[in-house]
Amino acid sequence: MEKILKVQMAAELENQGLARAVAAAYASELDPTVEELTEIKTAVSEAFSNAAIHGYPDGSYGNVSMEFGTIKPDTIVIKISDKGVGIEDIARAMEPLFTTDTGEERSGMGFTVMESFMDKIKVDSKPGEGTTVTLIKKLDTYYEF
Amino acid sequence: MDIIFGIKGNILIAQLLGEVDHHCSAKARADIDETMRGYGSKDLIIDLSRVTFMDSSGIGIILGRYRKLSASGGRMAIAGGSASVKNILSMAGIFTIIDYTDSVDEAIEYLMRKEVS
Repeated sequence: MEKILKVQMAAELENQGLARAVAAAYASELDPTVEELTEIKTAVSEAFSNAAIHGYPDGSYGNVSMEFGTIKPDTIVIKISDKGVGIEDIARAMEPLFTTDTGEERSGMGFTVMESFMDKIKVDSKPGEGTTVTLIKKLDTYYEF
Repeated sequence: MDIIFGIKGNILIAQLLGEVDHHCSAKARADIDETMRGYGSKDLIIDLSRVTFMDSSGIGIILGRYRKLSASGGRMAIAGGSASVKNILSMAGIFTIIDYTDSVDEAIEYLMRKEVS
Protein backbone atom coordinates (compact mmCIF):
# COMPACT_ATOMS: atom_id res chain seq x y z
CA MET A 1 0.00 0.00 0.00
CA GLU A 2 1.26 3.46 -0.83
CA LYS A 3 0.58 7.08 -0.02
CA ILE A 4 -0.36 6.39 3.58
CA LEU A 5 -2.21 9.11 5.45
CA LYS A 6 -3.05 8.72 9.14
CA VAL A 7 -5.48 10.99 10.92
CA GLN A 8 -6.83 10.85 14.45
CA MET A 9 -9.73 12.83 15.82
CA ALA A 10 -11.97 12.85 18.86
CA ALA A 11 -14.91 10.47 18.56
CA GLU A 12 -17.41 13.30 18.58
CA LEU A 13 -20.22 13.46 16.05
CA GLU A 14 -19.37 17.09 15.36
CA ASN A 15 -16.21 15.73 13.68
CA GLN A 16 -18.24 13.64 11.23
CA GLY A 17 -18.14 16.33 8.55
CA LEU A 18 -14.39 16.72 9.04
CA ALA A 19 -13.89 12.95 8.64
CA ARG A 20 -15.78 13.10 5.33
CA ALA A 21 -13.76 16.11 4.18
CA VAL A 22 -10.46 14.32 4.88
CA ALA A 23 -11.69 11.23 2.99
CA ALA A 24 -12.78 13.40 0.05
CA ALA A 25 -9.45 15.22 -0.03
CA TYR A 26 -7.50 11.95 -0.06
CA ALA A 27 -9.77 10.26 -2.63
CA SER A 28 -9.65 13.30 -4.92
CA GLU A 29 -6.01 12.51 -5.66
CA LEU A 30 -7.18 9.33 -7.39
CA ASP A 31 -9.40 11.19 -9.84
CA PRO A 32 -12.73 9.70 -8.80
CA THR A 33 -16.05 10.50 -10.46
CA VAL A 34 -18.45 12.68 -8.48
CA GLU A 35 -20.49 9.56 -7.79
CA GLU A 36 -17.49 7.59 -6.50
CA LEU A 37 -16.49 10.50 -4.28
CA THR A 38 -20.00 10.69 -2.81
CA GLU A 39 -19.97 6.94 -2.17
CA ILE A 40 -16.61 7.10 -0.38
CA LYS A 41 -17.71 10.09 1.72
CA THR A 42 -20.93 8.31 2.65
CA ALA A 43 -19.21 5.07 3.66
CA VAL A 44 -16.69 7.00 5.78
CA SER A 45 -19.50 8.99 7.37
CA GLU A 46 -21.24 5.75 8.36
CA ALA A 47 -18.08 4.16 9.77
CA PHE A 48 -17.17 7.31 11.71
CA SER A 49 -20.62 7.70 13.24
CA ASN A 50 -20.66 4.00 14.20
CA ALA A 51 -17.37 4.50 16.07
CA ALA A 52 -18.54 7.71 17.74
CA ILE A 53 -22.01 6.44 18.71
CA HIS A 54 -21.51 2.71 19.34
CA GLY A 55 -17.76 2.48 20.00
CA TYR A 56 -17.94 4.97 22.84
CA PRO A 57 -21.46 4.80 24.26
CA ASP A 58 -22.87 6.76 27.19
CA GLY A 59 -20.65 9.78 26.76
CA SER A 60 -17.38 7.86 27.16
CA TYR A 61 -14.46 9.62 25.53
CA GLY A 62 -12.05 8.30 22.93
CA ASN A 63 -10.54 8.76 19.50
CA VAL A 64 -11.25 7.54 16.01
CA SER A 65 -8.22 6.78 13.83
CA MET A 66 -8.44 6.85 10.08
CA GLU A 67 -5.77 5.41 7.84
CA PHE A 68 -5.89 5.96 4.10
CA GLY A 69 -3.82 4.14 1.53
CA THR A 70 -3.67 3.45 -2.19
CA ILE A 71 -3.04 0.19 -3.97
CA LYS A 72 -1.78 1.44 -7.30
CA PRO A 73 -3.13 2.46 -9.65
CA ASP A 74 -6.69 3.05 -8.55
CA THR A 75 -7.79 1.24 -5.38
CA ILE A 76 -8.41 3.13 -2.18
CA VAL A 77 -8.18 1.47 1.24
CA ILE A 78 -9.60 3.19 4.31
CA LYS A 79 -9.28 1.82 7.84
CA ILE A 80 -11.43 3.41 10.52
CA SER A 81 -10.63 2.28 14.06
CA ASP A 82 -11.75 2.97 17.58
CA LYS A 83 -10.59 1.62 20.91
CA GLY A 84 -14.08 1.47 22.31
CA VAL A 85 -16.36 -1.28 23.55
CA GLY A 86 -16.14 -3.49 20.45
CA ILE A 87 -18.85 -5.58 18.83
CA GLU A 88 -19.88 -8.93 20.33
CA ASP A 89 -21.69 -10.33 17.31
CA ILE A 90 -20.30 -8.80 14.12
CA ALA A 91 -22.54 -10.77 11.74
CA ARG A 92 -25.64 -9.60 13.58
CA ALA A 93 -24.44 -5.99 13.73
CA MET A 94 -24.05 -6.04 9.96
CA GLU A 95 -27.57 -7.26 9.27
CA PRO A 96 -29.72 -4.67 7.47
CA LEU A 97 -32.02 -2.80 9.86
CA PHE A 98 -30.24 -4.18 12.95
CA THR A 99 -29.93 -1.46 15.55
CA THR A 100 -29.24 -1.32 19.27
CA ASP A 101 -31.16 1.93 19.29
CA THR A 102 -34.09 2.21 21.64
CA GLY A 103 -35.58 5.54 20.72
CA GLU A 104 -33.17 7.64 18.73
CA GLU A 105 -34.70 6.55 15.41
CA ARG A 106 -31.53 5.12 13.94
CA SER A 107 -32.12 3.10 10.81
CA GLY A 108 -29.68 0.23 11.30
CA MET A 109 -28.57 0.70 7.70
CA GLY A 110 -24.99 1.92 8.29
CA PHE A 111 -23.19 -1.31 7.36
CA THR A 112 -25.58 -1.94 4.46
CA VAL A 113 -24.74 1.49 3.03
CA MET A 114 -21.00 0.81 3.45
CA GLU A 115 -21.35 -2.58 1.74
CA SER A 116 -23.32 -1.11 -1.14
CA PHE A 117 -20.98 1.78 -1.82
CA MET A 118 -17.63 0.04 -1.40
CA ASP A 119 -16.28 -3.07 -3.14
CA LYS A 120 -15.24 -4.76 0.05
CA ILE A 121 -15.73 -4.18 3.76
CA LYS A 122 -14.07 -6.01 6.62
CA VAL A 123 -14.90 -5.65 10.29
CA ASP A 124 -12.45 -6.70 12.99
CA SER A 125 -13.61 -6.30 16.55
CA LYS A 126 -13.03 -7.61 20.03
CA PRO A 127 -15.28 -6.77 22.96
CA GLY A 128 -13.48 -4.33 25.24
CA GLU A 129 -10.70 -3.64 22.74
CA GLY A 130 -12.32 -1.78 19.89
CA THR A 131 -13.29 -2.09 16.27
CA THR A 132 -11.58 -1.59 12.91
CA VAL A 133 -13.64 -1.24 9.74
CA THR A 134 -11.68 -1.59 6.50
CA LEU A 135 -13.27 -0.16 3.37
CA ILE A 136 -11.86 -0.94 -0.07
CA LYS A 137 -12.94 0.53 -3.37
CA LYS A 138 -11.51 0.28 -6.85
CA LEU A 139 -12.10 3.40 -8.86
CA ASP A 140 -13.17 2.76 -12.39
CA THR A 141 -11.91 6.00 -13.82
CA TYR A 142 -8.56 5.05 -15.17
CA TYR A 143 -8.06 6.86 -18.42
CA GLU A 144 -5.49 5.94 -20.99
CA PHE A 145 -4.97 8.38 -23.83
CA MET B 1 -27.83 21.46 8.04
CA ASP B 2 -30.62 24.01 8.10
CA ILE B 3 -34.34 23.57 7.54
CA ILE B 4 -36.65 26.07 5.85
CA PHE B 5 -40.30 25.53 6.70
CA GLY B 6 -43.30 26.44 4.55
CA ILE B 7 -47.02 25.99 5.06
CA LYS B 8 -49.69 25.17 2.53
CA GLY B 9 -53.06 24.52 4.14
CA ASN B 10 -52.67 21.49 6.39
CA ILE B 11 -49.34 20.60 4.87
CA LEU B 12 -45.98 21.45 6.41
CA ILE B 13 -43.11 21.61 3.93
CA ALA B 14 -39.65 21.03 5.40
CA GLN B 15 -36.84 21.87 3.01
CA LEU B 16 -33.57 20.36 4.22
CA LEU B 17 -30.48 22.33 3.24
CA GLY B 18 -26.88 21.11 3.11
CA GLU B 19 -25.43 17.98 4.69
CA VAL B 20 -27.63 15.48 6.54
CA ASP B 21 -25.66 13.30 8.96
CA HIS B 22 -25.93 11.84 12.45
CA HIS B 23 -24.45 14.98 13.93
CA CYS B 24 -27.45 17.09 12.93
CA SER B 25 -30.22 14.49 12.78
CA ALA B 26 -31.45 14.75 16.39
CA LYS B 27 -31.99 18.50 16.03
CA ALA B 28 -33.64 18.07 12.62
CA ARG B 29 -36.11 15.54 14.03
CA ALA B 30 -36.96 17.77 16.98
CA ASP B 31 -37.34 20.88 14.76
CA ILE B 32 -39.71 19.15 12.35
CA ASP B 33 -41.82 17.60 15.13
CA GLU B 34 -42.02 20.89 17.02
CA THR B 35 -43.01 22.84 13.90
CA MET B 36 -45.66 20.26 12.97
CA ARG B 37 -47.12 20.63 16.47
CA GLY B 38 -46.80 24.43 16.46
CA TYR B 39 -48.77 24.87 13.23
CA GLY B 40 -51.10 21.94 13.86
CA SER B 41 -50.06 20.50 10.49
CA LYS B 42 -51.58 17.23 9.39
CA ASP B 43 -49.41 16.23 6.45
CA LEU B 44 -45.69 16.59 5.75
CA ILE B 45 -43.54 17.07 2.67
CA ILE B 46 -39.81 16.58 3.10
CA ASP B 47 -38.01 18.46 0.33
CA LEU B 48 -34.57 16.96 -0.33
CA SER B 49 -33.78 18.96 -3.47
CA ARG B 50 -31.15 21.08 -1.71
CA VAL B 51 -29.48 18.29 0.25
CA THR B 52 -25.82 18.12 -0.78
CA PHE B 53 -24.96 15.02 1.25
CA MET B 54 -26.95 12.41 3.14
CA ASP B 55 -25.97 9.23 4.99
CA SER B 56 -28.23 6.67 6.66
CA SER B 57 -29.26 9.21 9.31
CA GLY B 58 -31.65 10.59 6.66
CA ILE B 59 -33.45 7.24 6.60
CA GLY B 60 -33.98 7.54 10.36
CA ILE B 61 -35.33 11.09 10.10
CA ILE B 62 -37.79 10.15 7.34
CA LEU B 63 -38.94 6.81 8.80
CA GLY B 64 -39.38 8.33 12.24
CA ARG B 65 -41.62 11.11 10.87
CA TYR B 66 -43.54 8.57 8.78
CA ARG B 67 -44.28 6.44 11.84
CA LYS B 68 -45.51 9.44 13.80
CA LEU B 69 -47.68 10.67 10.94
CA SER B 70 -49.14 7.22 10.33
CA ALA B 71 -50.14 7.03 13.98
CA SER B 72 -51.92 10.39 13.75
CA GLY B 73 -53.57 9.70 10.39
CA GLY B 74 -51.37 12.17 8.50
CA ARG B 75 -49.69 11.60 5.16
CA MET B 76 -46.23 12.23 3.89
CA ALA B 77 -44.38 12.73 0.63
CA ILE B 78 -40.74 13.15 -0.33
CA ALA B 79 -39.85 15.71 -3.01
CA GLY B 80 -36.61 16.02 -4.95
CA GLY B 81 -33.16 14.72 -4.08
CA SER B 82 -29.99 13.84 -5.95
CA ALA B 83 -29.34 10.37 -7.35
CA SER B 84 -27.20 9.41 -4.35
CA VAL B 85 -29.80 10.66 -1.87
CA LYS B 86 -32.49 8.60 -3.62
CA ASN B 87 -30.13 5.63 -3.77
CA ILE B 88 -29.73 5.58 0.02
CA LEU B 89 -33.46 5.91 0.59
CA SER B 90 -34.29 3.14 -1.84
CA MET B 91 -31.77 0.85 -0.11
CA ALA B 92 -33.99 1.03 2.96
CA GLY B 93 -37.15 0.55 0.89
CA ILE B 94 -38.44 4.03 1.73
CA PHE B 95 -40.14 4.50 -1.63
CA THR B 96 -42.25 1.41 -1.12
CA ILE B 97 -44.04 3.11 1.75
CA ILE B 98 -43.66 6.86 1.12
CA ASP B 99 -44.58 8.52 -2.16
CA TYR B 100 -41.99 10.45 -4.14
CA THR B 101 -42.44 13.40 -6.47
CA ASP B 102 -39.85 15.41 -8.38
CA SER B 103 -40.94 18.77 -6.97
CA VAL B 104 -42.67 20.27 -3.94
CA ASP B 105 -45.47 21.63 -6.16
CA GLU B 106 -46.22 18.13 -7.41
CA ALA B 107 -46.13 16.79 -3.85
CA ILE B 108 -48.62 19.46 -2.70
CA GLU B 109 -50.92 18.67 -5.59
CA TYR B 110 -50.59 14.97 -4.87
CA LEU B 111 -51.41 15.27 -1.16
CA MET B 112 -54.31 17.66 -1.82
CA ARG B 113 -55.76 15.36 -4.45
CA LYS B 114 -55.50 12.46 -2.00
CA GLU B 115 -57.32 14.56 0.58
CA VAL B 116 -60.24 15.20 -1.78
CA SER B 117 -60.51 11.59 -2.95
